[in-house]
Amino acid sequence: MTRTLATHHHPGMENSMELQENPVALGTAAARPRLEVTALSKTYGSGPNAKCVIEDLTFTVTTGEVVCIVGPSGVGKTTLLKCLAGLQPATSGTAAIDGRRIDGPPPEMALVFQDYSRSLMPWLTVRKNVRLPLRHLRLPAQEMNQRIDDALRAVGLDGSDGKYPWQLSGGMQQRVAIARALAYRPEILIMDEPFASVDAQTRFELEDLCLKIRDDFGMTILVVTHDIDEAVYLSDRVVVLGAKPARVLDVIGIDLPAPRDQISTRSLPEFAEQRTTVLSMIRKPA
Amino acid sequence: MNRRLINWTLGVGTPLLLVTAWWVLSENSTNTFFPPLSATLERFQALWLFDHFGSDVMLSLRNLVIGYALATVIGVGLGFATALVPVARWALDPLIHFLRGIPPVALVPIFISLIGFGLEMRLVSITLAAVFPTLIATVDGIRSVDSTLKDVSAVYRLSRGEKLAQVYLPAAGPQIASGMQVSLQVAFIVMIASEMLGSSQGIGAMTLLAQQSFMTSDMWAGILLLGVIGFGANLVFEVIKNKVLAWYVGSKRLARS
Ligand SMILES: Nc1ncnc2c1ncn2[C@@H]1O[C@H](COP(=O)(O)OP(=O)(O)OP(=O)(O)O)[C@@H](O)[C@H]1O
Ligand SMILES: [Mg+2]
Repeated sequence: MTRTLATHHHPGMENSMELQENPVALGTAAARPRLEVTALSKTYGSGPNAKCVIEDLTFTVTTGEVVCIVGPSGVGKTTLLKCLAGLQPATSGTAAIDGRRIDGPPPEMALVFQDYSRSLMPWLTVRKNVRLPLRHLRLPAQEMNQRIDDALRAVGLDGSDGKYPWQLSGGMQQRVAIARALAYRPEILIMDEPFASVDAQTRFELEDLCLKIRDDFGMTILVVTHDIDEAVYLSDRVVVLGAKPARVLDVIGIDLPAPRDQISTRSLPEFAEQRTTVLSMIRKPA
Repeated sequence: MNRRLINWTLGVGTPLLLVTAWWVLSENSTNTFFPPLSATLERFQALWLFDHFGSDVMLSLRNLVIGYALATVIGVGLGFATALVPVARWALDPLIHFLRGIPPVALVPIFISLIGFGLEMRLVSITLAAVFPTLIATVDGIRSVDSTLKDVSAVYRLSRGEKLAQVYLPAAGPQIASGMQVSLQVAFIVMIASEMLGSSQGIGAMTLLAQQSFMTSDMWAGILLLGVIGFGANLVFEVIKNKVLAWYVGSKRLARS
């Protein structure tokens, strides 16, 4: 493992090797963490107004893994994702991709924002919104259009590509934001409550879409959700956040057979058990 | 549909009614200050169509168009710099804060006192006066770009050019347009004033000369022409604005309904 890392010519190498020798809760022995959060803290403001939102957060996500983060509202989930996306610096500790410390938006990552309606450009049509991030990838025109078509079809918006975001319902806007991230084909996809505004049927479809792109592209996916069932259904592992300031209460491995299926997986007795485990972790008094 | 018809009727009918009233009431006027509208229109035709068209009307319009175009480019450009470049912000922010409190029309006397004789000075004063409303609106517009949109641009690693042209400019577009509309009015006022005070050519100069020589019909004809030009310029602006900012107009209309 140390040898594979040595092929990365990077100033932070020694540091990352050290981290590798003390792996933190790895799923399988062969899997190397793609995303690594180590003792991360985030304090907003300074002086008497300082507000410590996250304290000493540590977890990892392995390549090709789907990890869900659950935790009460206001605990700091969005704050954590913004640190991971390089949008704001951590106060202390690090977040790293392949051992490279994240200090700006990483090229291999896309983020679906919780504020989906504010994250779309109201002056661009649905199609142009999806295309905006692709322009600088310098793809051949045909591939670019193919990607846009595929992404819009995958989220069920292939009929609306000429509409403006403000002409769409909240759930449709949310799907545009997801399509934009899908068309970008990131290696690491991070989504902040991505299915909050869509109807139950579409939600199931998007959950399955999420698992499918993981399988098709080997994407690493991190999802924040409030829905325990969704977390169990999607995840290889669930990270339970709690307390204020936020810290990891538990990381729960979800052992459900693949491929997952909305009806059969959800009716397994193991599903109910896992669900109970996560729920009791959340409800447990701190 | 019916509502639209009523609005149109009102919009076209009211001015027509007023003009008719003006015509009828002034018809037998012997007051030298309020000549009959018929006399004014006669002079209008004699003066502007097309005797002085090339020498005066075109001159005024050229000053207006060039001055306003320069003001827009400079205002938007400086506005971007002030909002986004720290050095420019430190240099220009105090000035902008000072100017923000002053109605743009109140700046006109400053620029009028700057007017010398000669075409260039008139152009310069139109441009200078019209820069500020656009500049201030641009700075405000760019500073109020939604932070989520900035985050989106960062996450998807848009280039600097893409951020400026594809995110900041359209996001600030509605505010910039309001500023540009005020700039247009200011440019128009300064154009007229500069001609009245520092020139013997142009619509403003002609109109003032008529007033000073007690040719009231000529004076009213000049004012009428200025009104028509101002109205036309604003109309053209509105049409272009509604076209360029169709997304904004549409979303606002949807939000209201
Ligand atoms: N820019 C900021 N400055 C100061 N405080 C902030 C800022 N952003 C968030 N906070 C505070 O940090 C805390 C965590 O916010 P955050 O949005 O990360 O929570 P969350 O877990 O995503 O909540 P939700 O589930 O409701 O989305 C909140 O108390 C919030 O008020
Ligand atoms: Mg949140």
